[in-house]
Amino acid sequence: MAKRIGIEVSLAISEAVRLANVDAIAAYPITPQTHIVEHLSELVASGELDAAFIPVESEHSAMSVCAGTSAAGARTYTATSSQGLALMNEILYIIPALRLPVVMTIANRAVSGPISIWNDHSDIMGVRDTGWIALFAENGQEAFDLSLMAFKIAEDHRVLLPISVNIDGFTLSHVIEPHEFLDQDEVDKFLPPYTPAVQLNPDAPVSMGTVGIPEIFSEAKKCQDEVLKGSEAVIKEVFADFGERFGRHYKVVETYRSEGAETLLLTMGSVGETAMEAIDRLRDEENRPVGLIRLRLWRPFPVEALRAEMSGVKTLAVIDRAVSFGGTAGPVAGEIRSALYSTDQAPYVASFIAGLGGRDITISDFMAVVDQAEKMAAANEIHQYKMIGVRE
Amino acid sequence: MTKKFNEKAWHEYELGFMVSRPGCSAEYRTGDWRSQRPQTNKAKCIKCGVCYLVCPEGAIVLAADGSYDFDLEHCKGCGICATECWTGCISMVEEGE
Amino acid sequence: MENLNVYAAKLAPQQESLAPGHRACQGCAELLAVRLVAKTLGRDYIIANATGCLEIVTSSFPHSAWQVPWIHVAFENAAAVASGVEAGIKVLQRKGRYPVDRKITIIAQAGDGGTVDIGLQALSGALERGHDMVYICYDNEAYMNTGVQRSSSTPYGATTTTSPAGKADPLGQHTMKKNIVEIAAAHNIPYVATASPSYPFDLMQKVRKAADTPGPAYIHCFVPCPTGWRMAPNLAVSIGRIAVESKVFPLYEIENGEYKMTVTHKNHRPVIDYLKPQGRFRHLSEANIAEIQQQVDKSYDRLLKKVKMSQIELD
Repeated sequence: MAKRIGIEVSLAISEAVRLANVDAIAAYPITPQTHIVEHLSELVASGELDAAFIPVESEHSAMSVCAGTSAAGARTYTATSSQGLALMNEILYIIPALRLPVVMTIANRAVSGPISIWNDHSDIMGVRDTGWIALFAENGQEAFDLSLMAFKIAEDHRVLLPISVNIDGFTLSHVIEPHEFLDQDEVDKFLPPYTPAVQLNPDAPVSMGTVGIPEIFSEAKKCQDEVLKGSEAVIKEVFADFGERFGRHYKVVETYRSEGAETLLLTMGSVGETAMEAIDRLRDEENRPVGLIRLRLWRPFPVEALRAEMSGVKTLAVIDRAVSFGGTAGPVAGEIRSALYSTDQAPYVASFIAGLGGRDITISDFMAVVDQAEKMAAANEIHQYKMIGVRE
Repeated sequence: MTKKFNEKAWHEYELGFMVSRPGCSAEYRTGDWRSQRPQTNKAKCIKCGVCYLVCPEGAIVLAADGSYDFDLEHCKGCGICATECWTGCISMVEEGE
Repeated sequence: MENLNVYAAKLAPQQESLAPGHRACQGCAELLAVRLVAKTLGRDYIIANATGCLEIVTSSFPHSAWQVPWIHVAFENAAAVASGVEAGIKVLQRKGRYPVDRKITIIAQAGDGGTVDIGLQALSGALERGHDMVYICYDNEAYMNTGVQRSSSTPYGATTTTSPAGKADPLGQHTMKKNIVEIAAAHNIPYVATASPSYPFDLMQKVRKAADTPGPAYIHCFVPCPTGWRMAPNLAVSIGRIAVESKVFPLYEIENGEYKMTVTHKNHRPVIDYLKPQGRFRHLSEANIAEIQQQVDKSYDRLLKKVKMSQIELD
């Protein structure tokens, strides 16, 4: 029977990785990812997890070791943050091209400089186009559940792509929350050991990572893109399977009190919880038709699922946690505008950048954002993006 | 008819564009690069096998009589075999001669 | 040929696991060395290959020259990828999901740039962690794949496309070749060796020893590059021999910290015999050559001292 215990979210993620009976972990310490890998190394040392724990000398090598373990046929996990993710960047591109289903937790943290250990989404946005599936968790339970589901999605032979599960650094990684754990036998039924489609084995030698001459390079990229887009169906399947087995239901695009809403907030990650409070107040105290969209799946971008939530919506206020310097919108808002541009009655999309480098976004901030977005929509104000909560 | 590798659609390749036919580079004829080819004076050959051992291409193969033949489909004509031959029985001759 | 029976070549393993049809330049000693390694190891090994000449000439899609499992990820990480393959196989064997019927050797291979420059950190990490693998650096003393740019393995006085000898600066490379063999040995790994395809049996013995040694082994293999060194391709093997005969590239091994010369010569040739056939050294003055001779003598003497120390310790 499932247990409900209060535990730090980082440790809950480690426990999910243990339940997944992962074969290999390669990691380099970086705040705020450390508690995850520390606990995993303890689990390996205590014998509770039979895995290779490879404490490498850099994140670049962490991801390179992951390429090796995964190509050998091992279920492979790593975790990082910020500068570490940036240092992995080169290898991040190659993992999906080689079709290696590595699972990585990113404890999202601002990228330097100035150096900051605190949370925003500038790390994940910098690796947006590397070809990984990217999921965002809002709370500890989601982080635990998504970490387990990530292996099943990544290793599905229709997918065979790496996945990042994004959790907000500190604001999620370091808080103690109640989690409903799963029993090992339940997990084993849901997630059998990884069966690689191909592995490095002298009985059937393959050459992986050969030279992509121009005659095939476009086909290689097209293939990667199609498989990534196709993974959305598998993700939904796995969400449904998980929901049926364990009673916790997930969607690629989650909504909160969006029925009849004319204005929607849109968030990714843990700020969704604060945003819900703001929505509750606006709905319950001011009786305003507002709601919330939480984007759980960032790559592949769930275009249809997002569009399906737009009926009757006049204003969409998107909260970005990163800056696309000199760009046309916050990184998420730009995608939203693009996804909705050619649809009938696309809402007005206001792009707000907030919560950089650990700056809190409060309930009243969200309430103010709704007001501001509605005013901008009414005036049809032409803008690219606005940074809020900045001293002017 | 099987498609050539550069005629296939994106979904017709192997997983991750790997190559699963071990050693299939042998299909590629590097012998076309050659301007000179090795020639053995078999009377002088002592069948020691040095040429075979030092060929970077692996293009020198043991013959039935214990001497060595050249795989001219792959021999690039570098001339290492001729230089390293103990007895000097291998000489490099211009292609086309 | 080394001081073995004339017919010794007949004794070499007949097996080949590197197929012909690879696109290496004519007279490439790197591919010769790789072929000899492949002959030694047969089929039960797996390669993690760094980006570089060796990677591109053996894996031009849709072809591969490899008859063993082979993976290329990037330039600087062959040691890390090999670490992963080794650790992955070990854990899968323990968990009963990978064949255990035979030992599979894990090879990481890279050029000098991929080892002594950009790959140094990953190499150090892998050696320090103690993975059971053999790292082979094929050192042709410059970035040949990108067009002969200098690396920290380029020898003093060599002209390359980024250390050109010019009017204002007639020397070429100003720095001494980085002693990566000592760096590897400083990790206290059980086996370190230098090798050369010009001494095929010495090379093959070292590869066998390295593969049979539990834990990490490092082999630094000297591979003349006719294209980058600007010399005739037929000289690739003989120039490697002269490098050893002139003390430029001594063949030795460091087994559990003990130094041992594996090829010795009574009378050493002067370095000019080694420098002269190569276009990359053609610009050097007599004074330069005398200086190089001094450097070579000095480092060889230093090496001999280590060998002698080891002998004393062993006695």
